[in-house]
Amino acid sequence: MSVHIARNLDDALEDLSGRADATILAGGTDLLVEINFGRQRPSHIIPIDRVEELKDLSRNGHVRMGALITYTRMLENDVGSPALVEAARTIGSPQIRNVATIGGNLGTCSPAGDTLPVLAALEATVVLKSKRGERRVAFADFMTGPKKSVRRPDEVIVAAEWDDAGVAQTYMFAATRNAMAISISGLALVIDRARRRVGVGLGSCGPTIIRASEAERFATGLLDEAGWEKPHRPSDAAAKKFGELAAAAAKPIDDVRGTVAYRRHVLAVMGTRALARVAAIP
Amino acid sequence: MRIKLTVNGEEREAEAADHESLLTVLRESLGLPGSKNACEQGECGSCSVLMDGDLVCACLVLGAAAAGRSVETVESFSDGETLHPVQRAFVDAGAVQCGFCTPGLVVATYALLKRNPEPSDKEVREALSGNICRCTGYGKILEAVERASAAMYRR
Ligand SMILES: Cc1cc2nc3c(=O)[nH]c(=O)nc-3n(C[C@H](O)[C@H](O)[C@H](O)COP(=O)(O)OP(=O)(O)OC[C@H]3O[C@@H](n4cnc5c(N)ncnc54)[C@H](O)[C@@H]3O)c2cc1C
Ligand code: FES
Ligand code: FES
Repeated sequence: MSVHIARNLDDALEDLSGRADATILAGGTDLLVEINFGRQRPSHIIPIDRVEELKDLSRNGHVRMGALITYTRMLENDVGSPALVEAARTIGSPQIRNVATIGGNLGTCSPAGDTLPVLAALEATVVLKSKRGERRVAFADFMTGPKKSVRRPDEVIVAAEWDDAGVAQTYMFAATRNAMAISISGLALVIDRARRRVGVGLGSCGPTIIRASEAERFATGLLDEAGWEKPHRPSDAAAKKFGELAAAAAKPIDDVRGTVAYRRHVLAVMGTRALARVAAIP
Repeated sequence: MRIKLTVNGEEREAEAADHESLLTVLRESLGLPGSKNACEQGECGSCSVLMDGDLVCACLVLGAAAAGRSVETVESFSDGETLHPVQRAFVDAGAVQCGFCTPGLVVATYALLKRNPEPSDKEVREALSGNICRCTGYGKILEAVERASAAMYRR
């Protein structure tokens, strides 16, 4: 095994470009578990945790979050998405949040990755860079299956970007306990009042993160009627319908964490509550 | 691979074998067995150390990637025979049963109190959510944190 601690982004890209066997290491909270349990034995590792260019966060109507932003930083700073902060709060423990990064969540690309439904609902863009140049990929096209993405072996995920969608958003999840649990299902809802757009992302209920487009259309209709500029209290029936549409979009499986029926039920309940809560946020 | 790092304030050189974690480097190469190894997957917190001031699980840090870092382990806490206020508080509160989780909890409690001298009960629970005690002495552990906070900030 060889290790090349990257000094800066160019150094990492240079080292990656020449070889097919390199593995990037950020916070290590996914990769070290793989290594400790012998599921991965990378022959060449590139720790990128000292690459300062990947620790930037800029917000000016448009948010650019460097790949090395940790969950602890998301909780300490205004990162331009309240739903992402809620997701960060659910992740792991202080020890995990201090080092685990958004780039690593995208790198692993697990359907249970808690930031991913939020990125889907925000219609975020993933920025990838290699020695050959930079690529921008819509999150919807980035993830192609469980732990599969379009990232090429010589590319570093450098940032996630999205248009600041305001504060009417939430991330909800169900798990066996609050701390340190993989979610049974997660739901992100974004109501972008300025752009008159609703985004719904579902996690842990299919091979990829799922956009609930029927539910999005339904909520858009409600807000077209009620007016986008002001807080709205959807009727109980409308909120319930929204929850049902969100649940109908899911493609869940039975596994140790939950059954298909339970996951659908939980999604419907979360969807109902999410709409009632978020539509009321100015 | 030979690495250089700062451990408990001292420049050290250590052997970090392929794929070995910082926890293994500390315990086996540097002779510091205070940080415990239980799960090796970030779940139990018994390997908690401070790396450049941040609370981390040493089992999730690649040893070879810790080169140049500054690490503080539980061994740095006591001053000879004199216990650190956090350690004293754990003893006085009876928060130690088998003691396996104690080093990690001491480091995590210290990390919390450094940042937040008077945490609420909820904040303590949140801050220690990454540390598991199989003897389940959590009541006493919460009491120890309270005592440590009082002792460190002389309330
Ligand atoms: C105890 C525990 C609890 C956890 N709880 C949660 C949870 O509640 N929710 C959740 O979503 N996750 C959870 N995780 C998983 C993990 O913490 C997250 O997925 C985290 O975001 C990974 O980030 P990292 O920086 O540690 O990634 P690493 O482990 O460093 O990397 C993960 C993968 O991504 C690749 N990679 C990393 N950065 C880049 C980059 N910039 N460009 C290209 N590839 C890259 C790596 O090569 C590797 O394949 C938990 C993990 C542990 C150990
Ligand atoms: S041994 Fe590191 S968290 Fe359990
Ligand atoms: S005292 Fe035994 S594990 Fe905590």
